[in-house]
Amino acid sequence: MTSDVDATAPKYLRDKYAIIGVGETTYTRGSNLTTRALGTWAVRNAMEDAGIPASEVDGMMSYSNNDSTPSPMIAGDLGIRLNFFMDVYGGGSSSEALIGLAIGAIEAGMCNTVVVFRSMNGYSQVRIGGTGARAAAPVGGDAVHTAPYGWFSAGQNFSPSFMRHMYDYGTTPEQVAMVKVIHSEHASNNPKAYYKQRVTVDDVLNSRMIVKPLHLLDCCVETDNATAVIVTRAERAYDYRNTPARILAVAGRVCKPRSDMHFQHGPISTVAGHYIKDIIWPNAGVGPEDIDITGAYDAFTFTSMLQLEDYGFCKKGEGGDYVSSGIMRLGGERPNNTSGGHLCEGYTHGMNMIIENVRQLRGEVDCYCPTDDQGRRQHTYDYSEGGCRQVRDANISMNLGWAMPGTGSSMVMRKG
Amino acid sequence: MPQGEYRGMNLTILDVDHENVAYFGYCAEHDFHLQKCTACGLIRYPPGTACPWCQNREFEWTAVEGKGAVHSYGEVHQAIQPQFREKAPYMILIVDLDTQKGQPSEHEALRVAGNLATPDGDLAPPELVRKVGIGSRVRMVFADVGEGLSLPMWTLDEDAEQPDEPWRYPQEYNGV
Repeated sequence: MTSDVDATAPKYLRDKYAIIGVGETTYTRGSNLTTRALGTWAVRNAMEDAGIPASEVDGMMSYSNNDSTPSPMIAGDLGIRLNFFMDVYGGGSSSEALIGLAIGAIEAGMCNTVVVFRSMNGYSQVRIGGTGARAAAPVGGDAVHTAPYGWFSAGQNFSPSFMRHMYDYGTTPEQVAMVKVIHSEHASNNPKAYYKQRVTVDDVLNSRMIVKPLHLLDCCVETDNATAVIVTRAERAYDYRNTPARILAVAGRVCKPRSDMHFQHGPISTVAGHYIKDIIWPNAGVGPEDIDITGAYDAFTFTSMLQLEDYGFCKKGEGGDYVSSGIMRLGGERPNNTSGGHLCEGYTHGMNMIIENVRQLRGEVDCYCPTDDQGRRQHTYDYSEGGCRQVRDANISMNLGWAMPGTGSSMVMRKG
Repeated sequence: MPQGEYRGMNLTILDVDHENVAYFGYCAEHDFHLQKCTACGLIRYPPGTACPWCQNREFEWTAVEGKGAVHSYGEVHQAIQPQFREKAPYMILIVDLDTQKGQPSEHEALRVAGNLATPDGDLAPPELVRKVGIGSRVRMVFADVGEGLSLPMWTLDEDAEQPDEPWRYPQEYNGV
């Protein structure tokens, strides 16, 4: 049923595009703002970061689960005249995919510079579990095969895949809890993180059970926020304020067979990364061993682990060892989610992991290190609590975006 | 139009959704049928509009035995809707049907979702939840939720040979 498409053809776009600006709002629970105001704030911050005037932004894209504000409203507020915009339905793993589509829009001659944003009142308005107004909506058609089983939220949907990985490979709750432990260490050095407190394996295992195998602390922190990144051609990228992050490759919304109900086509403990790796590595021209930092989407502790494993950062089945070994800790061989990610900084549908990697590649992560009189961060590389989170010599990063076990996206960037 | 109220949800299948109308029509008779491709003969789940293996749009409904083994599960301790909260913990089972297991390729199976239920289709009590894990043998039962609408559920197959110890998540929570 699957065809062996050579999806690795467009290598000529390798390194031809860059992210020149990143920005976000604060992460709160109760923004008391519209998604329009939040989106405007994040896009404005990204423009400020790049030092780009409104007259030089002419494309805008966003994704949402119908819980956002469309591009023309945000662009209008900021006096941006658009030559291209597109607002799509989508959650996790849309960020990398939209960056790829932004490249396509520029390549097609439709515009020159694209802002991609995500704006959400993910705590105070529309939450992942489908509570509130959404719970009253009729359940029809294909959803009747899932929703009446109390099977709606992301954690509920993914739990059989996570459970089967433990069964297939002997993965333990203690190993997986280390993802949260390590991300909490990173968050303790991130002034923006919603949860800055470091936690232990016992804290994770003793937190209340939501849906086995997920305890409360295996789940990410829903917040109100907006996030934005600005994409343009590499040759224009050096006209702006900060060192660009050059895009080596993107893969967007790659699916396992039977994306309608991916369980039908096993092994169910294998995720979309298994298919993405055959696109992203050849297109980027690098392999797992070349990656200095990862941003493996952590909607849950398990999602980071399953992806790192299927992209080939370790052998299949050894994800539990990988995430508990210390490799992905600051100071380790390949730190993951140095901002604290969704588990600690705040849930953004993947955008904050891209923003963090851009800052890491610039060498200008916003940690607690002092700044010089130019405002430049003087990194100490002391990763103890309340200290530094800049990775030394971060040259190549990878984002591993997750929508669900059967769907994901990816992006590899290099220091510009 | 099959319709019902179930645990605070308004379940509605539109008449134009022919595949789901037919599927749930059989379920309402407590009869499990799936679509069988008229070209390659493979059965598919959930209902769809073409054969995922040969793309043929023609099919016939065929009776399928509602028996199998638990492939994996989730066990919800903190339910979202109030009507599920009173029944927590409840299990969401992914069941490998015996029919067509390992076809057309090694890791494929008809993996049919449903809750662990009592034989009359109500959500299983904790003492039943505690007994079930990966490998447990289960049989299909139905929960009647409305006019012409019944949901497939799974209950422990008391007549089948059960594994000595089905695989369960190693940490107990509230005694389950």
